[in-house]
Amino acid sequence: MDSSGAKVSIREANFPAPFQEGLEYSSPARGTWNIVHTGMLIPESHQIFVCAQGCLRGVVLTAAEMNAMGRYSAVAIREENVLDGTMEELMIEGVSDVLKKLSYRPKAVLLFISCQHFFLAYDQKGVFRTLRKRFPDIRFLDCYMIPTLRKSGLTPDQKMRIQLYSALEPMPQKLKKISLIGSNLPVSADSELVKLLQENGFELVQLQDCQSFDDYLHMAESSLNLFYEPLALMAAKDLEKRLGQKYLYLTFSFCYEELEENYRNLCEALQISIPDDWSVGLREKAELSLKRARDIIGDTPIAVDYSFTFRILSFTRMLLEHGFHVTEIYGDVFLPEEKEDFLWIQKHFPEIAVSSCIRPKMRYLNRKRDGKMLAVGQKAAYFTGTDHFVNVVESGGLYGYEGIVQIAGLMEDAFLHTKDRKSIIQRKGYGCESCI
Amino acid sequence: MKQVAGLISTYSSDEFGICSALYELGGMVVMHDASGCNSTYTTHDEPRWYEVDSMIYISAISEMEAIMGDDDKLIGDLVETAGELHPGFIAVVGAPIPYMIGTDLGAIAAITEKRTGIPCFGFSANGMQNYTKGISMALEKIVERFCIREIAGTKNLSVNIIGATPLDFSVNGSVDSIKEWIQEQGMEVGACFAMGSTMEEIEKAGQARVNLVVSYGGLAAAKKLKEIFGTPYVVGVPLGKAFAEYLGNAVKKAAETGECVIGYRDADICGEETVTGSLKSLAVIGESVYSASLAAAIRMECGIDARVFCPLDTEPELLREGDLLTPEEDDLMEHLPEAEGVIADPLYRPLCSENIKFYPLPHEAFSGRIYDAVNPDLVNRELRKVEVREC
Repeated sequence: MDSSGAKVSIREANFPAPFQEGLEYSSPARGTWNIVHTGMLIPESHQIFVCAQGCLRGVVLTAAEMNAMGRYSAVAIREENVLDGTMEELMIEGVSDVLKKLSYRPKAVLLFISCQHFFLAYDQKGVFRTLRKRFPDIRFLDCYMIPTLRKSGLTPDQKMRIQLYSALEPMPQKLKKISLIGSNLPVSADSELVKLLQENGFELVQLQDCQSFDDYLHMAESSLNLFYEPLALMAAKDLEKRLGQKYLYLTFSFCYEELEENYRNLCEALQISIPDDWSVGLREKAELSLKRARDIIGDTPIAVDYSFTFRILSFTRMLLEHGFHVTEIYGDVFLPEEKEDFLWIQKHFPEIAVSSCIRPKMRYLNRKRDGKMLAVGQKAAYFTGTDHFVNVVESGGLYGYEGIVQIAGLMEDAFLHTKDRKSIIQRKGYGCESCI
Repeated sequence: MKQVAGLISTYSSDEFGICSALYELGGMVVMHDASGCNSTYTTHDEPRWYEVDSMIYISAISEMEAIMGDDDKLIGDLVETAGELHPGFIAVVGAPIPYMIGTDLGAIAAITEKRTGIPCFGFSANGMQNYTKGISMALEKIVERFCIREIAGTKNLSVNIIGATPLDFSVNGSVDSIKEWIQEQGMEVGACFAMGSTMEEIEKAGQARVNLVVSYGGLAAAKKLKEIFGTPYVVGVPLGKAFAEYLGNAVKKAAETGECVIGYRDADICGEETVTGSLKSLAVIGESVYSASLAAAIRMECGIDARVFCPLDTEPELLREGDLLTPEEDDLMEHLPEAEGVIADPLYRPLCSENIKFYPLPHEAFSGRIYDAVNPDLVNRELRKVEVREC
């Protein structure tokens, strides 16, 4: 089968979307997180989904596979609710029944509504008002599983990140307390970002560190919210508006100059000073790690994909600048901030192939490569059929120079050792507990 | 309260039942649903997804396409992709939003068929019904559309298997065991709807002398085969040793008499009560045909009365006296205390108190892939020798 429409050289690729929209395929690589995984980050919370049976299927089994069935419940929408206009009653009584059945009292309920609710124009305010009145000790967070509306305003992922912090209420702020928000995975404790803050007496809190709902609520004490995922911008803005917390976007870049810029901005925001040569050693360490990995990996072809990091073009450019032989990039849409990197790769390495992950043909294109192949990311591993792959999703919290050092180490390890591709990439929610 | 699953899982839906039933037949199956919703099926309900290529796709309908009723976009995408992949047929499967906006899937299918020359049909699924309904409508459609009408019956006693999908039988060898059992009984295996048979084999289903219905999802197709070819059907899964033998005889008898039989409803199975174990009553929760077959097998081999609690769609004729329809979690909470032991998918365990003995029996349509590694094949095996593995 020819690959037209599903694979293109970067020279011919359009930015930010190289491929036409149409029917979609879903590969078995499932390591990225979904809204259930993300919602479970709030301690002592319970999730209730009010959706059609087909929609419930994916979320209930996400919960089951992460051994969290005890924190999940469902109310199924049936035809009569759509036809008779009984959605409000179904939600209020359904949620009440769930709470009656639970063996514990959750501090918060993440109540997920679906695409159907939007088309029915149901009375959301009335439903939540009644539930809050009926259960005054429980916080109800309106959450959304609305893939049909993914192109209308905020995406479901953006909304989820906003709602994730929506139970926070104003508290006196602490100058020395800072939150890192919006990421599913915590930042690596080895990152110089963490060390820089600690060395300057700041306490860094992340949702992943919260052991109790009370810990979570105390994230409202932070005077500054940092984030490095673009998807978290609206959440940061919402927190600024509601709680008066300032925010700072630290781009998740693999470009040293951009990292420098990030750290300058951070120091300015925190009013701390660092020596001019602060990052020299860090840079040298990153360079050495990349050189070592390059020496070991040599000219072995490398495929990368967007599930490894949302800044996949920045990452690819870094590899190319350090002599790695990147031959394939997998992704269907790139972030606007990747444009410069896209143009750079297009100019200097025009033959690199860009492949879709979702075009129908991807089901049938050759998934084997001649000779050894190194993949960075689960989808790249699947589509190139290699067991030599770096198993990290959503950047894995590997931020900054230290992140580069760790990634270089992971590439080295993946080159030298194989992994059980089939078993690993089919697990959902990398980093979460999994019974698969 | 109805519709609430406070403690347990949710069964697979009609959309996914259709995909599962058509998976191996060389067609292109397109769920008319939002981007990403296909991964629910391919991740949890389709254990063949990694190893066996199949044209299962999603239309990725968006809000504006739904509001504007933009069917042309879907038709264009179907025609384009069919031109690239050359499927044997195209199936367009409904979902919650197309249901709500009244999408005419039949018309979309007709236009697509005209433009591509490829057989195309629409399924009025809506994501709010059980997978059993999806399997049922898919297999019935396959019979209606593809089975060759003018075909001579086989000389030997050949048997089609109707209603086999991984949702009810996993990929643990059960379907192969059914085929082996048919051969062991001195009969021939015809087509299997729809695991392990090609479309060419299925087209020739009219040759068979008997149809063995192994799930509720296969009943409508078997009735259609009876209507078209006059082939009798026997309902039941050959679980356990004694019941398997009994069912084999029922199949042979049906071939002679031409009469349809629900294999596990026969009074002979009940016999005289001979309780040999410590349990006097069991509840089996699950799909009607499989569960009732298991209950019969337990009765015959172990002398224990087992009652079926069926949370899924079925026909009254497929249940035995005393079996119950239990579509809601609350129904089960009410009736389970009546049993001393429960055989059910492990995700039903939260409904059972500690004094009820729980025997886990994974069901793909309920717990998905979680227990695939420990899901036992009970076909034509002595039940007492089957290892109950921890789930």
